[in-house]
Amino acid sequence: MDLLFFKITIVLIVALFVLPQRIQYFWSLLLHTAILGITSFWAIESLFFYSGSLILPFFPFWGNTISLVIDPLSAFFLLVVNFTAFMGILYAKGYLKPYYETKNRSETAFHFFNFLGLHLSMLLVVMLRDAVAFLIAWELMSISSFFLVIFESEKKETLRTGIRYLIQMHIGVVLLMVAFILAFVGSGAAFSFDGLSMYFAAHNPFWLFLLFFIGFGIKAGFIPLHSWLPHAHPAAPSHVSGTMSGVMIKMGIYGILRVLTTIHHDLFGIGLFILIISLVSGLIGISLAIVQHDVKKILAYSSIENIGIIGIGIGLGVIGLAMNIPVLAVLGFAGGILHILNHSLFKSLLFFTAGNVYRQTHTRNIEQLGGLIKKMPKTALFFLLGAMAISGLPPFNGFISEFLIYSGMFKSLQSGGLMTDIVILFSFSGLAIIGGLAVFCFTKVFSIVFLGNPRSSKTENASEVENPMLIPDYLISAFIIFIGFAPALFMKPLAEIVHLFTGNTDFIFQIVPTLNKISLSSGIFIAVIVIFWMLRNWQQKRQKVEQSATWGCGYSGANPAIHQYTATSYAENFRQLSAKIVNVKKDFELFEETEIFPGERTFETRSSDIFEDQIITKPSGKLLSLFEKIAVLQTGKIQHYLLYALVFLLAISVFALLNWI
Amino acid sequence: MISILLIAIAALFFTGIINKVKAKIGGRKMPSVFQPVYDLIRLFKKGAVYSNTTSIIFKIAPSVYLASVFTAMLFIPIGNLHSLLSFHGDFVFFTYLLGIGKFMMIIAAMDTGSGFEGMGANREALYSLLVEPAFFILAGSVALFTNNISFQELFLHLHMSSNLSIIIGIAAIYVLMYIAIVENSRLPVDDPKTHLELTMVHEVMVLDNSGFDLALIHLASWFKFSIYGAIISNFLIQVQWPVYVQILSFFFIQAVFAFTIGILESFRARNKMEKNPQWIIMLSAIAIVVFLTALIITNKIILH
Repeated sequence: MDLLFFKITIVLIVALFVLPQRIQYFWSLLLHTAILGITSFWAIESLFFYSGSLILPFFPFWGNTISLVIDPLSAFFLLVVNFTAFMGILYAKGYLKPYYETKNRSETAFHFFNFLGLHLSMLLVVMLRDAVAFLIAWELMSISSFFLVIFESEKKETLRTGIRYLIQMHIGVVLLMVAFILAFVGSGAAFSFDGLSMYFAAHNPFWLFLLFFIGFGIKAGFIPLHSWLPHAHPAAPSHVSGTMSGVMIKMGIYGILRVLTTIHHDLFGIGLFILIISLVSGLIGISLAIVQHDVKKILAYSSIENIGIIGIGIGLGVIGLAMNIPVLAVLGFAGGILHILNHSLFKSLLFFTAGNVYRQTHTRNIEQLGGLIKKMPKTALFFLLGAMAISGLPPFNGFISEFLIYSGMFKSLQSGGLMTDIVILFSFSGLAIIGGLAVFCFTKVFSIVFLGNPRSSKTENASEVENPMLIPDYLISAFIIFIGFAPALFMKPLAEIVHLFTGNTDFIFQIVPTLNKISLSSGIFIAVIVIFWMLRNWQQKRQKVEQSATWGCGYSGANPAIHQYTATSYAENFRQLSAKIVNVKKDFELFEETEIFPGERTFETRSSDIFEDQIITKPSGKLLSLFEKIAVLQTGKIQHYLLYALVFLLAISVFALLNWI
Repeated sequence: MISILLIAIAALFFTGIINKVKAKIGGRKMPSVFQPVYDLIRLFKKGAVYSNTTSIIFKIAPSVYLASVFTAMLFIPIGNLHSLLSFHGDFVFFTYLLGIGKFMMIIAAMDTGSGFEGMGANREALYSLLVEPAFFILAGSVALFTNNISFQELFLHLHMSSNLSIIIGIAAIYVLMYIAIVENSRLPVDDPKTHLELTMVHEVMVLDNSGFDLALIHLASWFKFSIYGAIISNFLIQVQWPVYVQILSFFFIQAVFAFTIGILESFRARNKMEKNPQWIIMLSAIAIVVFLTALIITNKIILH
């Protein structure tokens, strides 16, 4: 690719700022489409028609040519990024409409500019191999997403969240930089991903991998590196949270996968490490999701859970490589990688539908919602589809990726040793519990938001969003169902990607007949539903069908909204079981004995994330108080500052005299 | 194909036997073993009352629930009689398929906007998530033991030969029996005959269902019992037996299973609600014992 081409793209993007507000959207849509077209073409070429990687010279840099390299892994990510980002921009049209009244021309232009920047930088991240160029793209991605998060910067909380996000991203990037430099110094090979293999070949790979893992893991949101995630997603507008949760956090996974391609020995420790962190992320992520009230926060925590599932697949894959159990390696990687695609689909669908609800009701607190299925039926059904898919239920796509991981585990039980078997035992039990908790979580969200009676007046004026806003929902849902019913079609490209890690990919092709039988079984399932449903309708046509009030022991006069289960009460029995992890606090004031006519009382529950408290809030609080103590020195008097300078000079000269420096 | 018929026939009698045993022990006149079937037929002929609060979810959920159980039934072989559907890892599909039925029933209960049904829904959600690992660990142990990962092959290759494998058999049957009880919300997890909504689990979820829908739900829970009964019977039926002996012993085992549940329900009180989670997690612990035994049998843990 010519650099000129890139420059033209930049100019076209910057042109956003001079366009009138009404045209900005269409201009950026056009640019997104162009970017999507070109990069998807490369990706498809690489993934389907071209064995090996596609190398496109990008621009000269200090005598080297920096190239865009598209191997199957990059190609896969290119396609996932393009699809989700494009769905995001399609959704943005309707979602941003109310904001045109409050935001001026340059503000909206800046937003579209950053969305394009995010899209473009994610594409560059997966194509660039040179460390410097990669880190620049990585940084661009963080910065553009930061500006996207603080779109509603007039809210103080949003700005705070954004800055917190930016700081954590920079901790990540510093670790990555250090890791690259260490590898470069340690091996003397090229300062790029390709150079890492030489370092890893000569050293114990665990420690450097750990550094990369933390750097990339902050982006991906593995627990305990996740604390930006549950704050940034609710703060960002829905098309941004959908894109960020759908693909941007996967860039962290991409980084980990890319580093893994360069490690070929001592893999067991690394695999076990990834697996344990992922199991913890999955279990704790979804547990924390269950006790939240903010719908987007729930989705954010569930992203952590899904990152966990992806990690379980990858971790098992690495263990399979280390223990020389090819079936575990192949199916583990295959399941993990397919789950990246799957999660990007249902999570963006869920964020978009949650965005619809927010736009129509102006609240994200699920305790104030209820009964929306009657007012927003299409949104409700799309959300239900996403909820079922994310819970890993057949016949949707989430099941397929989990099934691949499960079959890898069960097939390798016999050939594995004692250690592997115990690891597998914990993994499939963990995965089963995660699946069950996901059902718990998403039955809660769906039923509190969409079913029952309205819990506050916020839902009164809600109505279904305009059809254009539902277009991305239709497309994503079609894709979800397609993967769910025809998973076999995705196995060939998947095998190309897994080939990078495992070499031999026969096991993916061996599982194709099984997947076809799953499709058949799903088909039978749907057919049976239809038969029962038709029988039921046929019977009910002949019988008297009445409408009445819900059974309430004969007390039907009371306000039905009050008698319902709330989100908190739904989660209560789980909260009791996992009190240590979810750490729910209750704020209320007790009645005193002397109060004969008690006044109004409020009751509030909130959960605080122990990892966030212990790892971020407490240490940073201590650091702040330390700095405050040091700030005594900052008196604001010029005499004092001169004194400091004098002391410094004296100290230096004393040291110099004593030959200490 | 025959196995489906057999499971369906066993399902029809299952509740009847339980009720008969319970009536006898309780000192009441025994109802006919066909009484539940008569009730079901009556329900199928009835009209229905729907709450004003409910939406399409409430109406479609029973159909999906029964469909999920019915499709799950297609995976279960009986001895030599093959199941209609079978593939590697079908027990994963089986579990998740039952999961989708539960998912629909839970949201359908929440759809009524009733506090009672919310209570039942969240209990059901919690219990079914806690019981899931037990089934997987059990399936994993048998997979490890026989090196096969579909129901069909698992049971074909399950030979109770050595002493240790008898431990696997007994523990597995014990765990499976209680999984069936949790899945069907029977004693000691839930008392189907209780009269107070606050102490119910499954019954309270279907308070608002009536007529055809309620019949579908009843039918589904019969099938569920019979499916687990069939899985248990597969642990005992040996494939080298003649087919008619296999079929007879299948019915015999189902009858014993129903009988046992009847006796259990007559003499046992329901667990305290907050003790239920612990009790269910215990099943996973026993399943882990099965797994460890399988590790010993396959010589992965070497005992001196």
